[in-house]
This record gives sequence, C-alpha cells and structure tokens, in this order.
Amino acid sequence: MSLRRTLLTTRRILEQLRHDPRTIALMLLVPTALVGLLAWTLTDEPGAFDSIGPKLLGVFPLVVMFLVTSVITLRERSGGTLERLFTMPLTKADFVGGYAIAFGSLAIVQSFLVSVLSYTWYGLAHQGVPWRISVVALCAGLLGTTFGLALSAVAHTEFQAVQFMPAFILPQLLLCGLFIPVSRLPTVLRAIADVLPMTAAVHAISPLQTNPYYLGQFAIMLAYILVALVVGAATLRRSVK
Amino acid sequence: MIKTVHHDLLASQQPWVKVESNPMGDANQSTLEVTELRVVRGGNDILKSISFRASSGELIGLLGPSGSGKSTLIRSLLGVQAITGGSARILNSDAGSPALRGRIGYMAQGSAVYLDLSVRENLRYFAGVLLQGPTEVARVLDVVALTPLADRLVSSLSGGEQARVSLGVSLLGSPQVLILDEPTVGLDPILRRDLWRTFDDLAGAGATVIVSSHVMDEAARCARLLLLRDGMLLFDDTPTSLLATGATSNYDEAFERLIEGDQ
Repeated sequence: MSLRRTLLTTRRILEQLRHDPRTIALMLLVPTALVGLLAWTLTDEPGAFDSIGPKLLGVFPLVVMFLVTSVITLRERSGGTLERLFTMPLTKADFVGGYAIAFGSLAIVQSFLVSVLSYTWYGLAHQGVPWRISVVALCAGLLGTTFGLALSAVAHTEFQAVQFMPAFILPQLLLCGLFIPVSRLPTVLRAIADVLPMTAAVHAISPLQTNPYYLGQFAIMLAYILVALVVGAATLRRSVK
Repeated sequence: MIKTVHHDLLASQQPWVKVESNPMGDANQSTLEVTELRVVRGGNDILKSISFRASSGELIGLLGPSGSGKSTLIRSLLGVQAITGGSARILNSDAGSPALRGRIGYMAQGSAVYLDLSVRENLRYFAGVLLQGPTEVARVLDVVALTPLADRLVSSLSGGEQARVSLGVSLLGSPQVLILDEPTVGLDPILRRDLWRTFDDLAGAGATVIVSSHVMDEAARCARLLLLRDGMLLFDDTPTSLLATGATSNYDEAFERLIEGDQ
C-alpha cells in the first residue's frame, strides 16, 4: 500500500465530486433539511426532538455514504477504469483507502453542518459531547462507505445497488432504537439489534452513559468497518476466471 | 495533427533502439512470448492454443471477427483474464505479475477514463499512480494533441477526442509494450489515419505495439498480422503474404479464403 497513491485516489474522487455540485449539495443539505423538518414536526412535543434528533446524526452519514459509494464504485467497474487501474501499480488497499478517506471526510463535514444547525437554529438541547458526535458521524460515514464498497461487488448494475439500500438499511433503521428503544424490543430482536452497526452508532451518541459503554459501541463500529474493508478488498478481483 | 510524437518519444526514451520489424521474433529482443496459451471461461474454450512472439519496434495487427477471442487474448496478456493453460510472458515476467503493472500501456474498448473529470485531471491521476509528474502529463497531452482541450470535462468531448484521452492514459510513462483493443472503432477516417500514424511512430521509437481490430482494411497498416478465428491463430505473417495466400488484392477476401482453406 502506498500513502501517495491512496491520497491521489482521494483527491481524484473529490475532484469528481467537485464537478458535480448537485451531488455534493444533496449529500450535505438533504440530511440537514430532514433534521430541520423533524424538529419542526416535534415542536409541540417537549423533549421529543432532544431524544430523536441526535440519533439521526449517526443514521444519516451511514445511509448517504452507503448509497453514494455503492453507485460510484459500480461506475468504476462498468466504465473500465477499475480494470485500467488494476493494470497499474495501484493496490486494492490504495483504492479502498482512497474511497474511505474521501467519503469519511465528507461524512465529517455533513455531521458538522447537521449538528451546528441542530444546536443553534433547531434548538437541540442534548447533553452529548460535540467531539463524540463528530467521531460517531465519522464512524457512521466510514461504515456506509466500506459497506457500499463491499456490496458493489455483489451488485451488477446501479439499479441493483439502489435495491440493496432497503435490504441493508431499513432493517437496521427499525432496530436501531429510533422508533422504539432497543431495551424494549423482543429478546431475539434485541440480541440482533445490539450487534448491528447502526445501533452502535445511535448508542454511541446517547447521553449519560459510562466510558466503557461508549468504548464498546465504538469497538462494534470499528469491527464492522474493518470487516467491510477486508470483504471489499477481497471482492475486488484483479483478474476474472 | 499528431506529428510531434516521434520526436517526443525519442527525446524521452533514450534506451529505445529502433529495430527492423521481424515477423518471426528474435529471442534477444523478444518483449512478448505467448506459448500454447489456453483460456477456458464458463466451460467454453475461448482461446485454444495460441503461440507467438513479438519484439520491440513491431507494430502488430490482431485481427479477426468479433467473438474470435481478440479481447480475451489481450486481457490475458494484461493479466486481468486468468490463463487456463500455456504461458504468456511479457518483458521476461509472467502476464499479470505485479512487476508488470504500469509497464504495459493498455487502451481498452470503451474509453475507460473518468467522464466527470477534465482531460488533465484524468491524466494527472493515472500519471500519479505511475509515479509520474506534470511534465509527463504535458508531454502526453501534446502527443495526443489534446493540450487545447486539457481543461474540458471528458464527458463534453466527442467520441474521437475521448478515444485520444484513453490513448493518452495508455502512453503515460512511455511503456515498452502497448496493447490497444479496437482503438479506432467508431472513429472517422481522418482520425483513424492519425491514430495509426501515432501507433507507427510509437513502434518506430522502439515500443512493441499490438492493435486489435475487426476491420480488415486496417491490416495494411501493420508490418505483421495475427489473424484469430474461433480462438485459434490462423495466420501470422506480413499483409503482403496474406494477399499472396489468398491470391487477391482485397484483405476481406484474403481472410475469407484463408478460413475456407482452413475448413
């Protein structure tokens, strides 16, 4: 692996996005607007936004980065650029790392925007620590990116990639504690929910927990990121049989 | 249009020696050695038993109807298609070995560049992967005559211009072996002529250039022809010899007669 080639790949991906301002706007503004809409709907429910709002900071980066990464990686496959890169001295780690850094940074910008607006304009009163929220957003963004990379190997068309979204994201959304606390789920579902990456992101944002608890949630997220990175790199084949 | 190439390549490639084209290959200068190459994919014999050699300075046309195995042969040489039997050695390494990455220029069917980047950004990225800097990008832009369009998005360029971007990427780092898969398909006659001149210049500067095409008329432009049919190498000699074999002045006809004689 070469740091130089990884960072060049990151720069190339960011340049591609720069030529596509609409995608950047969608990635950054849609989550911000959605959280605003949520705050608005909960105006007459005291304390409701304070409990739901922060959880979304862990959910959005995962969903958005997952979608963008799986489609953009698929484009590299179908457009022939991936094959071309594989005839050059670029390792799979450089390729996957380049994507992870590019979209990881975007996830940080996204969460920064959402949290600044939440705490000011939307009137969020949350006892979380801002730095922890940023780290959670980064992890959630990396989770989305690495899973997108891994899943793009299975999907053969961009249409299929988009179909993976409901299959991968929606069950996690139902189980992550956004609608009903994980502690009140049926035993089996609770056991499953406790080890899902999105649940870990939501838990890591929740206030008033002990440090070992937070560390445990970060460990779950990191483990998923690593597994997805390895799977993503393993499914990128240099040659076909 | 693409005239500066010869001079540029000679200037930047001192070690290259111009050699006379030698259809039979030469062990000393051999850049490519394919021996009884066999590729089976999905239970089908795509390549049956291909053997040939190539030396530096050769411009070789790889011809054959679509489905004859041209792209598979090219992809095996590049190491992106797994080989079932036999061997393919390039620059004294097995095809696909890490040592070869970046030493073979490859132009795929389809542009295989980033449509949402400018010409310069594309070249800069691929050059960076090859550890080449801005000087190399400027040189290649000049060779493929894209300097005036360097800051345009590739998606806004015409098909011919996109083909030149793709060719430009494959020329980065002045590789000793160039493999071009149907580079002239869908291009107008003038552009095709210019591209063939570029290929000629590159071979003249010492590179081994393999160009695949399904247009038989392009045959005359190569000093040596490989004709592929149903995964078999049907012919390996000069265009003149092909016409003599078929007793005709038409390449399509010569190829047809060769096939009939084979059956």
